[in-house]
Amino acid sequence: MATHPLLATTGEQTAIVEVDHVSKSFLSADGTTLPVLDDITLTLHEGEIVALLGKSGSGKSTLLRTIAGLIAPTTGEVRYRGTRLNGANPGVAMVFQSFALMPWLTVQDNVELGLQARGIGERQRRTAALNAIDAIGLDGFETAYPRELSGGMRQRVGFARALVLQPDALLMDEPFSALDVLTAENLRNELLSLWTHADFPTRCLCIVTHNIDEAVLLADRVLVLGSNPGHVKAEIPIHVPRPRDRRSPTFEAAVDQIYGILTGRDENPAAERVTTPGPLTHPLPAASVGGLAGLVEIVYAHNGQTDLPDLADELSFDVDDLLPLLDAATMLRLLEVESAQAFLTDAGRAWYTADIQTSKQLFAHHVVEHAPLVRTIVKALENSDDGTLRDDFFRDLLRRAYTTEDIEKQLTIAIDWGRYGELFDYDADIGELILTEVAAAVIPHLAAAADEPDGPHDQAGPADG
Amino acid sequence: MSLLRPFVGFDVTLRSRTRLVADAVVLVAVAVVFWLLLQLAHGVDAPFNRVSAPSSVSTDPANLPYYALRSLARMFAALTISVVFTFVYATAAARSRRAEMILLPILDVLQSVPVLGFLSVTLTLWLTLFPRTVLGVECASVFAIFTSQAWNMTFAFYQSLTTQSRDLDEAARLLRLTKWQRFWKLDVPSGMTPLVWNGMMSFGGGWFFLIASEVISVNNHTYALPGIGSYVAAASEHRQVGRLLLAIGVMIVMVVGVNVLFWRPLTAWAERFRTGDTASAQVQRSLVLDLLRHSALPTLVGRGLRPAGHALDRAMRPFGLADSPLRVNPYRRRAGDIAFTTVVLALIGFGTWKMLVSIDHGTGLGEFGHAALLGLATFARVLVLLVIGSLVWVPVGVWIGMNPRVTRYAQPIVQVLASFPANFLFPFVTLALIHTGISLNIGGILLMALGAQWYILFNVIAGAAAIPNDLREAAASLRLGRSLRWRTLIVPAIFASWVTGGITAAGGAWNASIVAEVVSYGGHDLTAYGLGAYITHATTDGNFAQTLVGVIVMSLYVVGLNRIFWRRLYRIAETRYSLI
Repeated sequence: MATHPLLATTGEQTAIVEVDHVSKSFLSADGTTLPVLDDITLTLHEGEIVALLGKSGSGKSTLLRTIAGLIAPTTGEVRYRGTRLNGANPGVAMVFQSFALMPWLTVQDNVELGLQARGIGERQRRTAALNAIDAIGLDGFETAYPRELSGGMRQRVGFARALVLQPDALLMDEPFSALDVLTAENLRNELLSLWTHADFPTRCLCIVTHNIDEAVLLADRVLVLGSNPGHVKAEIPIHVPRPRDRRSPTFEAAVDQIYGILTGRDENPAAERVTTPGPLTHPLPAASVGGLAGLVEIVYAHNGQTDLPDLADELSFDVDDLLPLLDAATMLRLLEVESAQAFLTDAGRAWYTADIQTSKQLFAHHVVEHAPLVRTIVKALENSDDGTLRDDFFRDLLRRAYTTEDIEKQLTIAIDWGRYGELFDYDADIGELILTEVAAAVIPHLAAAADEPDGPHDQAGPADG
Repeated sequence: MSLLRPFVGFDVTLRSRTRLVADAVVLVAVAVVFWLLLQLAHGVDAPFNRVSAPSSVSTDPANLPYYALRSLARMFAALTISVVFTFVYATAAARSRRAEMILLPILDVLQSVPVLGFLSVTLTLWLTLFPRTVLGVECASVFAIFTSQAWNMTFAFYQSLTTQSRDLDEAARLLRLTKWQRFWKLDVPSGMTPLVWNGMMSFGGGWFFLIASEVISVNNHTYALPGIGSYVAAASEHRQVGRLLLAIGVMIVMVVGVNVLFWRPLTAWAERFRTGDTASAQVQRSLVLDLLRHSALPTLVGRGLRPAGHALDRAMRPFGLADSPLRVNPYRRRAGDIAFTTVVLALIGFGTWKMLVSIDHGTGLGEFGHAALLGLATFARVLVLLVIGSLVWVPVGVWIGMNPRVTRYAQPIVQVLASFPANFLFPFVTLALIHTGISLNIGGILLMALGAQWYILFNVIAGAAAIPNDLREAAASLRLGRSLRWRTLIVPAIFASWVTGGITAAGGAWNASIVAEVVSYGGHDLTAYGLGAYITHATTDGNFAQTLVGVIVMSLYVVGLNRIFWRRLYRIAETRYSLI
């Protein structure tokens, strides 16, 4: 498993960073705690590349920042070479998705910044920076400002700035996701060739990504993170020989396996505790009605069945783009997902083939029945005196389980879905939700299920942070 | 290639020649500035006697250049102090949780306090500190300008510190920058754009306070500093209209000159500190900056100063890294918070009690009611000013803003008008009022408007110029009539800018009331019924308690109106009429 040439012979595993039973929670809008990471234990060893893979909301960036010593864990501890962190991790450097270069410093000054912080003399600093700039293929750009560079060149500066410090471990937070496909591929390969070079001083690479391909291409070990709250769902060693070929059967098998894990039923610890899905335990996935319709249309066009990696490839979608749509489609029972395959359900077929008015009615039925927050809103409106309620009422309900930002997201999605299904109307100026007549047709459905406990009265559960 | 060669050669010689010229110009300019500073230093050091101190200056036009320079030096001294204050205060507020709890509300209130009312209080303080030289009165004047400039800049810098990009903050911490390095490599550059622009705006507003603070009447004694403001006061006392006009000319030259030689190059230079790669629609350019860039001198000076920079960098190392410990003891922290809050509240409570007692002894607490009534009169003037100012300047501003060609010519003019100290024109208006017999109760509105109205115009122009072109084209293609176009496009689109302009204009008008409700020309004194006149009279008579009551009541009016009225409008502007 160790691919670093210096260590390939020893086979011994020395820990660089240890994450020991780390949990992290933030405050929700009403002051209760929202868990984001739940009891995570992992170790970064010398000589390996580790990928942290997960959907958005799985806390992977938070995890990386606790490893870097930028965020304090709520419980548990992070150790660097045996010493507990109490501040920025002295042995790591980080590459950011947004590059995080100082826009007012030249390439050279940006690369020198970390050396300057160490109090290294001007001449030595200069030589070291020039070497790093050369190694990463930036020579000729020393006096350029970041804004004059393309995204790919900027990220090279980001790498040079990190590597010039000769860190023990290099942390990367989705370093390639802001780049176009070709540039990203090029930079990934250069990183790998640096890594396999005999005198590369960095002992470990840790990359956060939501791109399954990228994880399998780079990593010796992929840690798949689950959401609500973030936890290690699976640890998958990648045994594909290097250099890795995307079309090799072993590569494809690894990708499919991870797809299966990511899209498979999330053994959500909070959701298991309650029998009925409520808006606090089952957040609405961030999907628009248009996006849903598009996804269903594509699956329909593929004769009602598609392979998800192929679909993502075809649309050049990242998991982050595709998964919320898939989650929404499965929540509304329009699609079913099984081991990286999506199947169109009868309901989905009926919805897609119906004319516009019928399809709206069908959609209204589905969301009232399966989308917990929409259901709660319709029921509350029905029970109110005049069929209207302020949006703040629902904000208060959601406050227990979401941050202020997420409350807005949830409400926006619910209002979008409800409006499309013509269940209720929303007056943004005064923040009032108004029940429509269409909803009356769906109410009998609700009455049948009226005795079951509903979301806001449920046991509070942790939600997507 | 062979074709290109001569061009290259030509270019090189040309550049070295312009470079030489640039060097010469810059060198001469630097020498002149040094000489001027030396000249001014003599004046400031002059001996001073409290009793025989001049209460007026000569109106000989030959003195005017020297006076103008003295005034200019005061402005820049105040600006320097404001920048230093901004760095210290804003950093403390942004970096320390407990300091923030106190510093931020103070800043919020100071922003809306009528600083002119405090002039008398501070003068007494400075005279005690420097009893022997003019420096005391100079300090009081500089301090008055400083109090008009600093809050705005501090607030802008504080905001840039708290809204700093999270990634850059994390990068700085992971790179293990020291506190000192972080301040100069991240904090100052990222706050440079708001700092420079706010500095420019505050500097423009500062002229008004310069003029008002060069002749200070306190405790039945008038102190006059050599300066362009006291020149105008003296000329107006002696009814010398020609010399007044001359002073106005010099003032215009000074405002434009400072703009061209200082602010323009500075804003152009600050372009490099813009974050994000969105090229700003209008890149600031400056001939003076180009000249400096062609010259080798700035680089040489920079190289000469570098060892000092290194030494400072090393000296500041013991202050530690720009990182905070991950683990804090929550109980200890909470206990500290409680102790801190208790002490602060106790101090405030004690101070308030002491103050009320002293006011009660001085004038009696009933004075508050009297002052509040006077405040209503001034409030009415501010209200009339805002309504009429908006009715006049909104259509004009929209017309200018929606015609790009007019905007290009009009905007610099409006900018100069906005920073031109309106109190320069007071003698003329006073003269007119005396001749026509109109009461200052009404004329005061005009005096207040002279300075304040431009903020409305200025902001409306900016708002109208920012209306997206496709919206205007859509309105045109829908053939919207005039009234429909105003209702559905123009008014909503400029609403936010109008609110910004209105709040600034109102603040300016309240402050101006202190100098606009009592005016004189050639021995004729006019007084209006209002809070401004109340404060001015209390100051001249040396009635400290009344001054305090007046200033407190005016602050309450300004802060209260901001909270009740303007904030609400702001929220509507942000949620309902935001263009994004």
